[in-house]
Order: sequence, then C-alpha cells, then structure tokens
Amino acid sequence: MDWTALGLSLQLGVVNVLCLVPVGIGVGRVLAYRRFRGKGLAEAAVALPLVLPPTVLGYYLLVAFGAASPIGHFWQLVFDQPLVFTFEALLIASIIFNLPFAIQPMQRAFEAIPPEVREAAACCGMSPWRALLSVELPLAWPGIVTAMVLSFAHTLGEFGIVLMVGGSIPGETRTIAIAIYDRVQAFDEAAAGQMSALLLALSLSVIALTFAFSRRVGRQLG
Amino acid sequence: MEGLHLSLHQREPIPLDASFDCMPGEVLALVGPSGGGKTTILRAIAGSYRPQHGRISVNDETWYDTDAAVCVPCHRRTVGMVFQNYALFPHMNAAANVMSALRHLTRRERTARATELLSLVNLAGLEDRKPAALSGGQQQRVAVARALARQPRVLLLDEPFSAVDKATRQRLYREIAELRRVLDMPVILVTHDLDEAAMLADRLAVLHRGRVLQIGAPEEVAVKPESAEVARLLDLRNVFDGEVVHHDPDSGYTILDWNGKRLEASHRPHWSPGARVSWVVPEGFVLLHRRDRPSRGEHENPVRGSIEATFVTGQTTHITLRPHHDAMLPVHFTVPSHVARRNKIVTGVEATVSLLAEGIHLMPAQADAHAEGFEAHQPGK
Repeated sequence: MDWTALGLSLQLGVVNVLCLVPVGIGVGRVLAYRRFRGKGLAEAAVALPLVLPPTVLGYYLLVAFGAASPIGHFWQLVFDQPLVFTFEALLIASIIFNLPFAIQPMQRAFEAIPPEVREAAACCGMSPWRALLSVELPLAWPGIVTAMVLSFAHTLGEFGIVLMVGGSIPGETRTIAIAIYDRVQAFDEAAAGQMSALLLALSLSVIALTFAFSRRVGRQLG
Repeated sequence: MEGLHLSLHQREPIPLDASFDCMPGEVLALVGPSGGGKTTILRAIAGSYRPQHGRISVNDETWYDTDAAVCVPCHRRTVGMVFQNYALFPHMNAAANVMSALRHLTRRERTARATELLSLVNLAGLEDRKPAALSGGQQQRVAVARALARQPRVLLLDEPFSAVDKATRQRLYREIAELRRVLDMPVILVTHDLDEAAMLADRLAVLHRGRVLQIGAPEEVAVKPESAEVARLLDLRNVFDGEVVHHDPDSGYTILDWNGKRLEASHRPHWSPGARVSWVVPEGFVLLHRRDRPSRGEHENPVRGSIEATFVTGQTTHITLRPHHDAMLPVHFTVPSHVARRNKIVTGVEATVSLLAEGIHLMPAQADAHAEGFEAHQPGK
C-alpha cells in the first residue's frame, strides 16, 4: 500500500475542492441567473471536460504549462521553477477538468431557487451579498455539497490527465490512481488490489453519504 | 408630493403605458386579464424590473427616473411585497422570515417586533413553524407580516388571495380590510377578481396590454365604463351598439335606437342625435317581469324574448334571453334562484325583462371593439 500516494491524492482532492467552491458558486450563479451573449458557448466550455478524452485535455495542458508557453514562462519567472510535473500543475489541471462536476450541480441548485424568492430577499432589504449568504447559499446547499463530493471523488480517480501533466514523481505527483497502475506494471497484484479496493470503498461511501445528506436536506426544505 | 406617483412607458418586450398616483392609506387595485402587465408594474415599483421609459417616486423620493438616469436598487426602496405564491424563505421558520426584513434593528428588537407582527396577523404561537408546515392561509399571513416589517413606503400585493381556498379567502379579506385601518402607506393590489377589487380597493385601474384604460371608484367603473373595451374587460356582458335618436329633456330621457327597438336611457345631452354609440346595461339593471301575472306597470324598456339558457350557481340563477326583435343580441341577467323557480324559467319559455333607464350607460362607438373585447375574454389571454 502506497500511503504517500494516498495522502497526496487526499491532499489534492481537498485543496481542489476548496478552490472549486468559490469558482463554482460564482460561475454557477452567473450561468443560472444572467442572460448574456455567448452563454451557450460558455456552458459548452464548462461541459467540455466531460466529453473530451482526458489525454487530449492533458496534452493541451501539458503544452500550456510548458516553459515554451506564456503561462509556463510566467510561472518560471515568478516561482523560479518549471510548472510541469509539479503538484501545482496537478492542482490547476484538476481544477480545470473538474469544472463541470463543480459548476453544473451548483448552477442547477441556483436555478431551482424561484425568482420570486430572490426578489423577496431584495424587498426585505437584503443587499445582493446578504441575500447570497442568508437565502441563496442555504437553499443551494445540497447542490453545493453534491458538487464538492463529485469533484473530490473524481479527483481521487483521475488518471489520464494526471499522468500527462504530473508524471509519476513520488510525494509530488504520484497519486493513488497512478500508484495502482505502477503496481500493476510491476506485477505487484496484492498492492494494486488493496489500493483499488480502498479507492472503491472510499468512493462508494462518499457518494452514499451525499445521497443520504441531500435526501435529509430535501425533507427539511419541504 | 405624498404617496406614490408612477408613469411607465415602453413598447417592448412587454408593452406598458401606465400613469397613476396612489395616496397614503389608499388601496388601488390593478385589474385586467392575465398578461395585461399588472405584475410587471408591481415589479417595476419594487425595483426588480426596469422599463425603458418612466418615473416612479414615493413621498419626494425618486426611485426610478429614466430621464435623470436614477434607479434606486430594489433593496434600498423600502417596499413591502406579498408575492402570488408568497415566496417565503423555505429554510426559515415564520419568525425568521419576518425577522429577515428587520435587519435594521438589534437582535432583541427584531425578535420582539417579529412576535408583534405575527400576532397582528393572527399567527401568535406559530413562530417556530417552517413554511412547509403552514397552511396556505397561514403562509399568506406570514408573507403579509414580512411585507409590513420594514414599515414600507409602499405595500404591493400581487394576487395575494389566488392560492388559497374560498373559505380561507373570505376570512383573509376580512383580516386585510381590518388591517387597512392601521396602514398609512399607498397599497397597490393586483388582482383579476373584480369582486375582490370592489371589496378591498378605494379605486381601481383597468389594465389591458399594459395600458391603463380607466381609473375610478369600483362602483363607478362597474356601472359607467368609459368604453366598450373596459366594459368587456370588467365582464359586463350586456354591451350593445345603438344610435341616439333624440333627447327629451322634459321626461329626462335620451331615446336610443337598438336595432329597431326604442329604448329610454337617462338624459345624456352631450351625445348628439344620430350619433352611433356603444351602450351597456349592467346585469343588476335588468329586471325580470313576473310571468304568471303580466304587469301593466312595467313599461320601462320592456324586452320580450325566449329564454335560451339558465345556469344555477347556488342561490343565484344566470339567465340568457334572446330578444324577439333581434335574436343576435342576447341579454344576460341574474335572479335569485327561488325567483327563477317560481316563474318557471326554463330553456325555451317566453319572458319579458325591463332594462332600467338609469342603468343604461352610453359609450363611444368602437368599430373594432367587438373583436378586441372578445379576444380579451378568450381563456388564457
């Protein structure tokens, strides 16, 4: 069992979710409430990682993070080290490929709030920020939790993109999914089996907990 | 400039052409068919809709003025609004719903004021209930308490009685009528129910396709509509065309020709003889003659015809009469059901009614009024 890889995966999952929550709330809310030119295109861009092969996305990110690209060059200038094959590159890639998992449930949750309820909040004298905190977030909460769980579980299991932009550096970019692949290649079936079983159990329990939670919240909101 | 002053104009996407004032303590009802722009006007007052041209001011304060590029955001307008489906915050209990509009007070004051408001709307003891655990009528009261909490400059009621059953509605009418005594702000009530408007409002504004067609006291508008269009929107069905024949100042009548039949109407000298007019006689001014004992005394505009249809709703019977002089001009009226039974009013029998001269109201003739009026009455329009 590669505990370092498991720890790294959990760390990546948690940091990733923490970054995605504000992004998901912001973008999900805009897509739910605003009408603007090019909204269809924006929604398509958000959904793109769902249909794109992970290796394709991984390839583009690898190119974008490389020292030859403006992003990679900028990173090198600021942090004095390359971006590719680092934990940070893995994190940025995770955020991008998890966008649909984070944004879509939140967008649906915001859309489900009746417009009159939001108008009522304004009529009660709540500023847009106050309405977000007191009315919208509590009502959209089940969607936000679903988004968090889905992106966390998805990060634990992602393989293709991680391999492309992170490689397999122990303690830096070797996640548990990569470690399993590694063990299989080394004919260490016992370790691969253990880690696979652990990942399976972890994913299943996280999803089951979410379903139970959203059902409970659903009952509370009537 | 006390009270609410509003003037809104736009062609698209929702046509609006409305101007009215509403004084403190006054209840103004906006009535008209669905899609007539009533809710849009309320939303414009609340600040959640911005028409292309217009001005809205309340007690010297301008909330919206397209000429001066003024638009006070919704949450700074101090309006109280009761939404059609109440729009209560489902995750908060009744007290918290009311307290959400009391953020300008300290926490302790908020609790005390919320309790006070909930008991004002007869909900004492239900403070801890969430909206899902309240009946429709109770939810409506929480919504009223929440709308009043900020001591709003304007109170907006958007069809507040449409989502409750009839018995609850009657009780809520009484409560709102009671509450009116303590309300000192302009109140705008949107409704498509004329009886409701007549019961609760001081004045009503008839709206159609975003245009205010007439404003006046309910009893005035109901018997003296300004046009055939208003009459049809108000569901006055006895709207006909005619021609002014001559005036008879001595007897106090204006004589009207109704497709060959002479009618006496109250003296209206400003209509010149020969003028084409539309005229209406509200159902309350159509009098059924007794069938068993023809009366010689009931000479006032007698119209004889055959009963085409009767429709009993409880204690009242709605009757349609096809006059003999022109069967294409049905006269509608209602009588107490026992009167219909005693006179053996059934489909096909002969009957005579009087159209009372005082109830005959003349309006400008409208070439296309007929088509337009009927379109307005199509269900779902």
